[in-house]
Amino acid sequence: MLTRMLAVFNARNREFWRDRSSLSWNLAFPFLLVFGFYFIFGQGMPMFKVGVISDQDAYITKPRFMSLNHVQFVPYEDLDVAVQRVRRHQIDLLMDLDERRYWVNEESRNGYMAERLLVSEDPDFQRRLVRGEPIRYVDWVLPGIIGMNIMFSSLFGVGYAIVRYRKNGVLKRLKATPLSAFEFVGAQILSRLLMVLVIAAILFFGSHWALATLMLGSYGPLVLTILLGALAMISLGLAVASRTRSEELTGGLLNMATWPMMGLSEVWFSLEGAPESVHRISDLLPLTHLVSAAREITTEGATLLEVSDHLLTLAGMSAVFLLIAAALFNWDSDHR
Amino acid sequence: MTDILTVHRLVKRFKSVTAVNDISFSVSPGQCFGLLGPNGAGKTTTIEMMEGISKPSSGEVRLFGEPADRRAYERIGIQFQNTALQDYLTVEETLKLFAAFYPVTLPREELIELCSLGDFLDRDTRRLSGGQRQRLLLALALINDPDLVFLDEPTTGLDPQSRRNFWELVQGIKRRGKTIVLTTHYMDEAQVLCDDIAIMDQGRIIERGSPEALLSRHFDGVMVHLPKSAAEGRTLPFEVLELDDRLEIQTGQVDRTVQQLTAAGIPLDGLQVKSPNLEDLFLKLTGHALRA
Repeated sequence: MLTRMLAVFNARNREFWRDRSSLSWNLAFPFLLVFGFYFIFGQGMPMFKVGVISDQDAYITKPRFMSLNHVQFVPYEDLDVAVQRVRRHQIDLLMDLDERRYWVNEESRNGYMAERLLVSEDPDFQRRLVRGEPIRYVDWVLPGIIGMNIMFSSLFGVGYAIVRYRKNGVLKRLKATPLSAFEFVGAQILSRLLMVLVIAAILFFGSHWALATLMLGSYGPLVLTILLGALAMISLGLAVASRTRSEELTGGLLNMATWPMMGLSEVWFSLEGAPESVHRISDLLPLTHLVSAAREITTEGATLLEVSDHLLTLAGMSAVFLLIAAALFNWDSDHR
Repeated sequence: MTDILTVHRLVKRFKSVTAVNDISFSVSPGQCFGLLGPNGAGKTTTIEMMEGISKPSSGEVRLFGEPADRRAYERIGIQFQNTALQDYLTVEETLKLFAAFYPVTLPREELIELCSLGDFLDRDTRRLSGGQRQRLLLALALINDPDLVFLDEPTTGLDPQSRRNFWELVQGIKRRGKTIVLTTHYMDEAQVLCDDIAIMDQGRIIERGSPEALLSRHFDGVMVHLPKSAAEGRTLPFEVLELDDRLEIQTGQVDRTVQQLTAAGIPLDGLQVKSPNLEDLFLKLTGHALRA
């Protein structure tokens, strides 16, 4: 029995070792994660993020609260923007050093704790409650979850499926018919767009009905955001799957595309206070623009014009990915 | 009559390997043309170039008297050697899907009857037996009512009963006047179905003609097989081919050969008389047997 087990054990080890793409993925990916998060969050996550407004170049009369450890202070120049950040849970508290006042969102648990600390250190600061409907975490996170769902559904539902079709010969059989690559790919895109829209609608209205999640904007811009976001993701999936017939490699590449978006596109948490370079990377990811636009529409009532920068970026990304996919697409593979 | 398919000096190279090496032939309308050879002979590569699935390294394929183009490809039907179908579709849904790709199609009922699909129309294509699956693939090849049908090893992996059922379907297609190009490594299949054959080995055509013409060209009469042990230590009075465990004697007069063997004192236990077939021809031409 031991001999047989040992034989299988050795064979499996050789298989793992000789499958270079899988091996490099298994080794590289954890390192990417470790170094990525180290880079994003430095050597430790702060307990609280507090916005600071001051006309002074340097904080000459620095409140005692600002000498506390494990609190990150993020400077703002525009009061309205900063208050909006408090409203959206992106920062826990906002301090105006010149006027000795602060803003807090009562719905924020972190805001409550940060406020206790501030009041105990600097009791002279005047309290300002953020006006308007408080945004719960569920309101804030729902666009992120819908965006993440669109990302997985679009990337894997189209990219991975095409590689599987290519590998098992479905694409070759279709190539032998008058069906053109454009018609085939177009049908895949439309089918997935429809599915994404239906699933997003179920998620959105289900949450709205069960949890009374916010919808301050209009449905038209939201639908357009979802469609453009899905199109960008599907196009990215098509570009990845344009030639290869290796499901393992495609799985690795798609994971490599999805994980940075999970971490850097503000799905679960705000990147407020992260280094500028992280924001620049985040801006290159389609999920960032999908989630940001959807979030601005649902939680801030943003209009089509106000989210147009995100939508134009998504449209541009879709065009670039589609061009790459069209240039590289092959029914069979590049090996024949 | 214009040849329906003409292949002229076709070559296909994959890096350093020449899979198809300068082959030429033509197929007349209404014929079943067989491309025979062992696995790796270059049959599938050749048929894929004729179908327009892959491009030749050099040479030309003409369909219906013209250089092969998109319009010509719409007049052909293809059954691939290995192919998968879209998951989660029934047989009927798969027929509808493929019918939508063509401007002209055979009526569905006719196709269902022609390929005997009626018993499993509602079945998921993943749950079909080997024979049912091949019948569906044949139906897909015929869905556009093509003038020319390519069947690439259509019975590989089927049990003998399913193979024979499939042959009947192919003969039904022949009766409808369709031209068929069939690749196979089953010599009995070629002998039953083909009017004209080309035998391929190592990327080249090594012989061409009708099965009967080829056999009469290369064999004279019948073959007598004897166990090797029967002739041990004796000299036989005619030319003998040594096979693995037996001796083969070609003769036009079986009676006389048997008399000569008896006169030489050779026991006739295990003696067999058989007509030559394409398998024997391939062996004679190449010196090696067809490999399954």
